[in-house]
Amino acid sequence: MNAPYPVTPVQQVTIKIDGEDVSVPEGSTILTACNAAGKDTPTLCYGDTLTPKNACRVCMVELKGSRVLVPSCSRKVSPGMEVMTDTERVRHSRRLVLELLGSSVDLSTTPRIPEWMQRYDADPDRYGERSGESLTRDIHEPGEHHAGNGYVAATMSQPDKIDNDLYVRDYSKCILCYKCVDACGTQWQNSFAIQIAGRGFDSQISTEYAAELPDSACVFCGNCVEVCPTGALSFKSEYDMRAAGTWDESQQTETTTVCTYCGVGCNLNLHVQDNKIVKVTSPHDHSIGHGNLCIKGRFGFVHVHSRSKEGSDS
Amino acid sequence: MDLKFSNAEASAEERDAVDRLLGAGDGGWHGGERDEQDHRRAHTGHAARSRRHFVMEALHAVNDRVGWISPGALNYVGKRLSVAPADVYSVATFYALFSTHPRPKRIVHVCTDIACMARGSKAVCADLEKRLGPASADNGWKHSPCLGVCERAPAAMAVEAGDPPHEHLIGPATVDAIALALEDGPAALAAEAPPAMAVPQAGQDGLMLLKRVGRVDPDSIDDYLATDGYAGLRRAFEMQPGQVISEVKDSRLMGRGGAAFPAGIKWESTAKQPATPRYLVCNADESEPGTFKDRAILEGDPFALIESMTIAGYAIGAERGFIYLRGEYPRAHRMLHNAIDTARERGFLGNDIQGSGFSFELEIRRGAGAYICGEETAIFNSIEGYRGEPRSKPPFPFEAGLFGKPTVVNNVETLCNVPLIMRMGGAQYARIGTEGSTGPKLFCVSGNLVRPGVYEVPFGATLGDVLTLAGGVPQGRKLQAVLLGGAAGGFVRADELNIPLTFEGARANNTTLGSGVVLAFDDTVELPAILLRIARFFRDESCGQCVPCRVGTVRQEEALLRIAHNRRDTAAKGRDIGLLRDVGLVMKDSSICGLGQAAWNAVESAIDRLGVLEKSP
Amino acid sequence: MHVFGAGGGTSSYREAEDADLLVFWGSNAREAHPIFFHHALKAIHKGAKVYAVDPRRAKTAEWADAWLGLDVGTDVALAYGIGREIIHAGLVNEAFVANATTGFEEYIAACEPWTLEVTSRETGVPADLIRQLAHDYAKAERAQICWTLGITEHHNGTDNVRSLCNLALLTGHVGRWGSGLVPLRGQNNVQGGGDMGAIPKNLPGFQDVGNADHRAKFERLWNVTMPPKYGMTLSEMMHAMDEGHLTNLYIIGENPVQSDADSNAVGKRLENLDHVVVQDIFLTKTASYADVVLPSTAAWCESEGTFTNSERRVQLVRKALEPPGSAKDDIEIMRLIAERLGRGWPEQTAEQIWDELRAVSPRHHGMSYRLLAERGGLQWPFPDENGPESPFLHGRLWEKDPEKRGQLAPFGTPKHSLPVDKLDDEFPLRLTTGRRLTDYNTGVQSGGFNSPIRFGACVDLSPEDMARLDVNEGEWVRISSRRGSVLAPVRREPGLRPGLLFMACNFPDEVDVNALTIEANDPISGTAEFKATAVKVEKTNEVPTWERNVFTKLGREKQELAPAE
Repeated sequence: MNAPYPVTPVQQVTIKIDGEDVSVPEGSTILTACNAAGKDTPTLCYGDTLTPKNACRVCMVELKGSRVLVPSCSRKVSPGMEVMTDTERVRHSRRLVLELLGSSVDLSTTPRIPEWMQRYDADPDRYGERSGESLTRDIHEPGEHHAGNGYVAATMSQPDKIDNDLYVRDYSKCILCYKCVDACGTQWQNSFAIQIAGRGFDSQISTEYAAELPDSACVFCGNCVEVCPTGALSFKSEYDMRAAGTWDESQQTETTTVCTYCGVGCNLNLHVQDNKIVKVTSPHDHSIGHGNLCIKGRFGFVHVHSRSKEGSDS
Repeated sequence: MDLKFSNAEASAEERDAVDRLLGAGDGGWHGGERDEQDHRRAHTGHAARSRRHFVMEALHAVNDRVGWISPGALNYVGKRLSVAPADVYSVATFYALFSTHPRPKRIVHVCTDIACMARGSKAVCADLEKRLGPASADNGWKHSPCLGVCERAPAAMAVEAGDPPHEHLIGPATVDAIALALEDGPAALAAEAPPAMAVPQAGQDGLMLLKRVGRVDPDSIDDYLATDGYAGLRRAFEMQPGQVISEVKDSRLMGRGGAAFPAGIKWESTAKQPATPRYLVCNADESEPGTFKDRAILEGDPFALIESMTIAGYAIGAERGFIYLRGEYPRAHRMLHNAIDTARERGFLGNDIQGSGFSFELEIRRGAGAYICGEETAIFNSIEGYRGEPRSKPPFPFEAGLFGKPTVVNNVETLCNVPLIMRMGGAQYARIGTEGSTGPKLFCVSGNLVRPGVYEVPFGATLGDVLTLAGGVPQGRKLQAVLLGGAAGGFVRADELNIPLTFEGARANNTTLGSGVVLAFDDTVELPAILLRIARFFRDESCGQCVPCRVGTVRQEEALLRIAHNRRDTAAKGRDIGLLRDVGLVMKDSSICGLGQAAWNAVESAIDRLGVLEKSP
Repeated sequence: MHVFGAGGGTSSYREAEDADLLVFWGSNAREAHPIFFHHALKAIHKGAKVYAVDPRRAKTAEWADAWLGLDVGTDVALAYGIGREIIHAGLVNEAFVANATTGFEEYIAACEPWTLEVTSRETGVPADLIRQLAHDYAKAERAQICWTLGITEHHNGTDNVRSLCNLALLTGHVGRWGSGLVPLRGQNNVQGGGDMGAIPKNLPGFQDVGNADHRAKFERLWNVTMPPKYGMTLSEMMHAMDEGHLTNLYIIGENPVQSDADSNAVGKRLENLDHVVVQDIFLTKTASYADVVLPSTAAWCESEGTFTNSERRVQLVRKALEPPGSAKDDIEIMRLIAERLGRGWPEQTAEQIWDELRAVSPRHHGMSYRLLAERGGLQWPFPDENGPESPFLHGRLWEKDPEKRGQLAPFGTPKHSLPVDKLDDEFPLRLTTGRRLTDYNTGVQSGGFNSPIRFGACVDLSPEDMARLDVNEGEWVRISSRRGSVLAPVRREPGLRPGLLFMACNFPDEVDVNALTIEANDPISGTAEFKATAVKVEKTNEVPTWERNVFTKLGREKQELAPAE
């Protein structure tokens, strides 16, 4: 066998985090170094399969010599960097980002939020009563907004978008992290069905003219759902079970197997509750799909459960 | 790409608008007519996808022609340029001048920004509301952020979609003029004031940057040549590109757009990059409220910019430059177009310029109502046909800028110093001004002053000097405060007129020159209302990418609104000021770009320097 | 690919990302292998050029820098034209051809008649595109040819593959990182089935039934004597049924009554057999012909085992669900049958059986379950547990030492031969079949979920043919071949040219496409010519009973987007 693709030797880079030396491979991010140093850093828009967008700004750290804080998820280490992860400025920044998000977005299904809110002493309620559902978030008039009297805190709240049987978009929970856009765009799926529309606080993930998903370029691969950090995008199966109160992750098993729908061999993580597949994800660290699937892999499991009605599906 | 479009078709008019920009349709796979060739071949790969940078111009073409961007027109733009409809939509909905809903062909954008507020825009709007109904596209008029016509405040911009479209800056704007523009179209309005009207010093001796304004026909290259025009380029061609950069470094020219970065260093680091092609971008997206200096040059001396960019292109080894012009400068657009075409005809652009062997092309890209596009990386995204969202730095523009290539991006005024430097030599130039701030400087002096306008002074003049040049506040009024540097700048008190308007002087006094805004408020102005307008501006202009700015600007405005509604409850006010400080700090510390980082500057300075919110009853 | 002596794609998916040129030939990977195409997209965004050779301008071709719309069944001719151009332009990789191949002179001679003009006339592809592809492919640093059923589902599928191999040999685009020949497998475990010996001539691990040494290994292991006789291909079985030599059939996980060409004929054959056993997870249409149906577990989620994918990666399949009712694991069913046949096979886990395989298949020898789990699968050959993986095959051909280079790769000289089902005045249109993104095979599995992008059964027509037939989208037509006739609604497809029709094979209950197709099989692979059927199309007022299922999606597509209120 010939040597496979060229492997260049990777240098280790040493930086200081909170006064202690940490060595990580060249090209790593500060976040990687923080993880190596055991510093638990909150992240929301960071995705292990995506280029960091560093939009949420919850992972900010103080970097000696830098006028502003820097996003640990995207800033690469360089030798001699001195990073502080728990200064007053860092804590303030993380607290405020959590408050700003918590006051404008429904974070009820975002993992670890209560823990972080507590750790950073965040009080999202102090911005006032939250605005109710808006029916006009899909109408874009950039550069204009209706300002109220300041006593109602503007939010993302809006009706859920249910326009197909496979997944639901609940943008009241959207933190505009761009991960779904990137997964649908050049980074993975290249279908370009969704993008950010509008500007500023009125931005919204949207198809063209807010067309329903089945009318858009969506191919229902679910790769956006795979990377959504807040549950704004969820599989219909999960959405319905949550609505019915039967969703129970403590009763679920997760088994990795191989998709049966073509010869590519994508890996599937089957989430099973009560001997039923309730959703399908894909391992992010696998070389074939990096967490991505197509519509068949993602949703094609249903047939195994239709066999109770023997023969009905033949 | 396997794009999917809805069945909505463009109208003949919409197609025509796009085809005039891009040329007639090229086959069935690109939105045109299907022919027999299409049965056997298609080329929808890299070449087809490489035309995305026409998106902004194509959307302009449609919007300018029919007044809005319909689903059919959007599809057609997408098909012609191989861009997904959701992507085109995301771009179209980012810019305030584009509409994705039907709206009347005639719209007047009425400036309600701070300089115009200080000069009666509120009354104009109140009268308009009575006459036309509340501000909305359907009623034919909309509120607008600063239109860059502050010397003639209050200002408005009338547009009429059509073939050709009409655009007209009105200043001072009256209800009658606005109503006339809506009833009979902008063409019925009296001609715009000549460019020199923005420059009270026009025609005076000793001006360097503004010396041609009002003295030459800005459409005439012969006038330009007769007044030292292209002497700088000739001088540059006598040198190696590296020497040109050395001269600029010696001049210690600092960027005039707001960040005050040494131009020579920027050029040098770009020229050193091995990657090619390299690009030059002129930031003519002058949108900082209260800023209109670049407009004075663009309208009064457009060839100066063409020459300056040619020199810069030569120095850094770029063969292609882009001028990103704000969408609200219709006359500047026409004049730049003329200047580029004329320069090309006369051999000052294009291949082998003046026999030098150097080739250089310039293209204009128009913004469409987005302050953020003046940010040095957002401008790249907008030119490339994306939403004007700033990029994360590093990498910096000199490493990976426009189209991912090494790029110099300079402001109009900055560039227009370059011919001077070429003619005088860098060292000589550096003798003008002060040690830390060399050369002449333009200030945008507006607000409650007798002679508002663009003023050129050598660096070193004090704030008081500049206000005096502009005639001071009208008789019987008292100066209350001055906003330096625009909405992203800061307030200073009326007793701080000895602040030297230099980079170092501003820094020493804990304020900023920003883009050269000197906006004076007399005692008739309600400063809390100005603060609210600034907060509103940032909330409207935030691109929405990062949380601190996207939500922070909202919470900042809400807190200011509460304070305005609730002036007497000191405890609540104290809480809200604390909240403003908290939000302000996270915006400053953790926003991606300068917009968010500066969004709290003016409010902070008003609280801490002027004591505005504590004082207000 | 017996050119190289092993039946597997030469390259790993990751290599596609580093290719400078990708040729998709008879492959609509964008829809049929979406996740492989992700790797191609990485390359595209890095600047790689893409060519698509396909009668249809399918989704993959929409990504191509150049699409070459050839006539169905002219692949051999086109490949010769490209080969000749490479030779005449002096772009042959001389060193590689000299060191690693045989039969070059014969190949040159076979190419010679195929000038650009002749090739263009025969294939319909513009000459400049043929030339451009030839030059770009030959000059690329790293280039891959990827193909799927558009190459293999022809009466001369093996010749088609051979033609593509010739191009790789000519230019040295094989045996190197990023260059290769990539057959994308249609089914999840086609590769694994072949590897395990589910091929008439093979024992597990590509060991030859006809080779006494190979046989001996298995005879020792299993303590049996093995007949040295090759088995039958599917088409040979069909023939044997017709002849009456084959009277009993045991069908595992196949639905030939719907999936095979000329499906009416298949049903008749099954009816005439003495005894038919069908083992499946569903009561398929084929099962309705069975004397005995053995309900089995869904291999991918109700039992343990391995699948092998198109990059030769063996991966573990794990049990996530308890099977319903009396369904049993395939291993258990086999054991119980063996027991009834008087053989006391022990109860074994999937892993034990795998270890048995490892003992006799050198190329799988190093692949323990532990390693397969740890590494997310392993690519064969992997003889040694401590050894390196093999991202690509045939690197040996580049060795300087002839000893190490081993057996040289022979050029082939296949004959160009048009599809068996000829076009004539009565059947003037060419129907080709395939798969859509959202559907799979006969729809038994993929029909289970409610896909918002499923068109359902329909026939795709070019806009020109629709105009000629005076039909609108959603209207019904009758499509007839020399063997059968079906009704289907029309879907407009600009990716087709006049005279070319496309139907998906995924809805046999509604539209039995294989009632039209021809059972013209490749003599070596046994694959039928699904891709080329001569048909006629008539507008009709007949509407079958299932029509209510069809229009949702077609109807949706027609709605104009209104601006948001």
